[in-house]
Amino acid sequence: MKLTVWTYEGPPHVGAMRVATGMKDLHYVLHAPQGDTYADLLFTMIERRNHRPPVTYTTFQARDLGADTAGLFKQAAQDAYARFKPQALIVGASCTAELIQDDPGGLAETMGLPVPVIALELPSYSRKENFGTDETFFQLARALARPMEKTAHVTANLIGPTGLGFRHRDDVVEVTALLNEMGIEVNVVAPMGATPADIARMGQAHFNVLMYPEHAEAAARWMERDLKLPFTKTVPIGVGATWDFLKEVSEITGLPVRADDSRLRLPWWSKSVDSTYLTGKRVFLFGDGTHVRAAARIARDEMGFEVVGLGCYNREMARPIRALAKEFGLEALVTDDYLEVEAAIEALAPEMILGTQMERHIGKRLGIPCAVISAPVHVQDFPARYSPQMGWEGANVIFDTWVHPLVMGLEEHLLHMFRDDFEFHDAAGPSHHGGHAPKPLERTPAEPAAAAEEGAQPVPAAPVPQPVSTVEVVWLPAAENELKKIPFFVRGKARRNTEKFAAERGVREIGVDTLYEAKAHYAR
Amino acid sequence: MTHHSPTPPARGCGNAPILKERGQREVFCGLTGIIWLHRKMQDAFFLVVGSRTCAHLLQSAAGVMIFAEPRFGTAILEEQDLAGMADAHDELDREVGRLLARRPDIRQLFLVGSCPSEVIKLDLSRAAERLTRVHAPHVRVLNYSGSGIETTFTEGEDACLASMVPVLPETQARELLVVGALPDVVEDQMLGLLRDMGVGPVRVLPARRSEEIPAVGPNTVFALTQPFLGETTSALERRGARHLAAPFPFGEEGTTAWLAAVAAEFGVDAETFARVTEAPRARARKAIATVAEGLRGKSIFFFPDSQLEIPLARFLTRECGMEAVEVGAPYIHKQVVGPDLDLLAEGPVISEGQDVDLQLDRVRAARPDLTVCGLGLANPLEAEGLTTKWAIELVFTPVHFYEQAADLAGLFARPLRRKGLLSGLSGGVAGGGGRAGAAASGGIEPPSTARGQARAASGEGSA
Repeated sequence: MKLTVWTYEGPPHVGAMRVATGMKDLHYVLHAPQGDTYADLLFTMIERRNHRPPVTYTTFQARDLGADTAGLFKQAAQDAYARFKPQALIVGASCTAELIQDDPGGLAETMGLPVPVIALELPSYSRKENFGTDETFFQLARALARPMEKTAHVTANLIGPTGLGFRHRDDVVEVTALLNEMGIEVNVVAPMGATPADIARMGQAHFNVLMYPEHAEAAARWMERDLKLPFTKTVPIGVGATWDFLKEVSEITGLPVRADDSRLRLPWWSKSVDSTYLTGKRVFLFGDGTHVRAAARIARDEMGFEVVGLGCYNREMARPIRALAKEFGLEALVTDDYLEVEAAIEALAPEMILGTQMERHIGKRLGIPCAVISAPVHVQDFPARYSPQMGWEGANVIFDTWVHPLVMGLEEHLLHMFRDDFEFHDAAGPSHHGGHAPKPLERTPAEPAAAAEEGAQPVPAAPVPQPVSTVEVVWLPAAENELKKIPFFVRGKARRNTEKFAAERGVREIGVDTLYEAKAHYAR
Repeated sequence: MTHHSPTPPARGCGNAPILKERGQREVFCGLTGIIWLHRKMQDAFFLVVGSRTCAHLLQSAAGVMIFAEPRFGTAILEEQDLAGMADAHDELDREVGRLLARRPDIRQLFLVGSCPSEVIKLDLSRAAERLTRVHAPHVRVLNYSGSGIETTFTEGEDACLASMVPVLPETQARELLVVGALPDVVEDQMLGLLRDMGVGPVRVLPARRSEEIPAVGPNTVFALTQPFLGETTSALERRGARHLAAPFPFGEEGTTAWLAAVAAEFGVDAETFARVTEAPRARARKAIATVAEGLRGKSIFFFPDSQLEIPLARFLTRECGMEAVEVGAPYIHKQVVGPDLDLLAEGPVISEGQDVDLQLDRVRAARPDLTVCGLGLANPLEAEGLTTKWAIELVFTPVHFYEQAADLAGLFARPLRRKGLLSGLSGGVAGGGGRAGAAASGGIEPPSTARGQARAASGEGSA
């Protein structure tokens, strides 16, 4: 038993729904009680879908439990087939139905439905949403796809995009354009937009582009073995990764790398002098493994940030993320407990978070700007405009998105210079963000540690690993005042560095001099 | 009722046949009530004992995450908990101990049962008794079920309040108990009206804080402000309290009738009643009249959701001039909504329960001007050209009593007004605006030519 306030991933049957809802002419019969239908609103509200997810819920109630829940399932499956006439059915159980052990797969098999019925075993009490997407797509591929004659010219399948995916809609367009430039056509995009008949002809392609390992790695590996389809290992998010992806495609197909990067702006935007202020910004990365891995490379090599912490919530990616962290000289945070993530961010006091909607809220609480790089998604992650993460346009989008939350170049300097202007003080937030009420200077949210030390607010989080800096050091009033004159977006770092500096030297009282000695020590 | 009684229609729906359906239900389970209950009861914590699905439901149904350290959480059952029941109790004790240590401000803890905890027969009442012994007197631990196999949406609040009734202190005093979670501002207005009429003392359930918890006894008279409190009604009657049946306080007429029932019970004279209610009644009528302009003559179809449907249909048909086509409710407690059914003119289909596909067939055939439905259905129906009002907003918005009557009408008028305003979406080309939500339909047409790249590059290729 584990106490959870917010979760990064839903249960695995929601993953199966993401596959089914992304597809066409597939129907999902889910053995589930009333209430599990809440999942429909993820698609109709967050993603603004204009149709109901193709899911029939058996809706059993307490009074059915002693009676015939299996009969209820068969009736629901029969009715769903008759009404929706899908090309194939997937059947399975939600967490409650798993406990009553009706075996939807076995039941459906006895019904003699005239279309393929694919049974899903999704263990609700040990696995989560991303397992659900991956396993469902794998089972669909295994049941429907067969070795086939290859298309005459070189084609690829784009695999991994699902319903409710973070920018999947636009990534598909971008990757398609990249392949087209090399003279490669798309055979099937799946699950998103595919019918079961399309899944069946995936074997015609020459290779797979594994866009999202979270959702399609099992299928990619199976197709590699059974359909002889190699798959790409690089996810083309960021400039370097996109070039690597094109090289990988070239190696697989034997076609030369051909790319029109005339619309790629990130390199010049990053090199231009206006971006100097981005140098060494301390960032913390958290999200799904794939997006964090891509973001780490962009942050360090393409934006000139300093990555001070990184991690992912999906345990399936723990190994590559730990390896990545090691490469950055860091310890990876692999957890799905947002309180742990919050504690880590609080302790590291980064200047920016690149995370999920959860970290956006953490950032709001701690007064740290945040840009969203990964699912779980929110209605804001489905913008009306074209907004991919992959390819050249994806790199442009990422540059803009990451820079937007920050206080911009000259403004940053002005805030350093004129610290007490009543209208133009740092706690008011970046001036290009409207509606920021000036916050009181006394206890800005960037100083949660200070607030906690003063005992003014209850420490909200669970066992919070304390920052390294909470060694018994005392700030003298003058130093405390001096600290307040430092703009909020670097104040956390200054506090932390000074305390560390003092602790290392056995200094118990921090004065103004200590503050500036620490500043000199950590100068870069 | 000597003060005011609404004129009933020639034939009401009190004895109308009810279409009972059984099939897929597109509704929330009772856990959802936690989203407003945890804000209402400021020193209570709601601990769902359930699965990852329960936790996901709570954060999804909340729509926006309430990151201000919510006073609810889910103890997620894992594989080892399902294996050994004794262990599950130990685990629960440990999690509760941890939680209460972290949140010393919590005075009431609700262990909330879920579908999985019910199916594995995890006895939360035993756990609540045990934990009360451990944590008394500082914390009182209660339990109820918000599971989908037993409760529909607002029935969660009913189950929660019903669980509090047996442990309310005993009193012999003649008191009015007003039952149902209301937004604080509305509750204060209601208390003000009753005070001005000289009705008192008035207690409310649920109380905002545990020290204000009401007492109950044979001289307690109670009135409901929410129509979904059937179990709570029975529990209060078992404690000897008497239910005051009345139409629900939605709209000017409903509010007046509700207050009149209370006034009659407590012997308020007609003059006092008139003095207290005249001004707000006039205000409410005037405000409703303005908003109702956009509703008059429009037809409305209710999918079952919160059990507010029957009182709301009464308000919209009688005070706003709408025509009800179908009024669906998940359950119909005639003892509770009888007075509203009597006032609702016969005509609409009254349905109980749901088979969502059949009901969708009916709404498509009827093509009402406005469809009230859950979040899972609203956008799909809009894409079919039907105008919708999401039902959950009716539970999350202050809508009771005089000063909110026009706001309530406004919730229904706004989608219709918006539809009228959005005249420029088709660019003057016939059918151009009809592809509602086409961009989100998930259909991807990968650009397979150089033109496709150009579209992608210029940012137009997202459809």
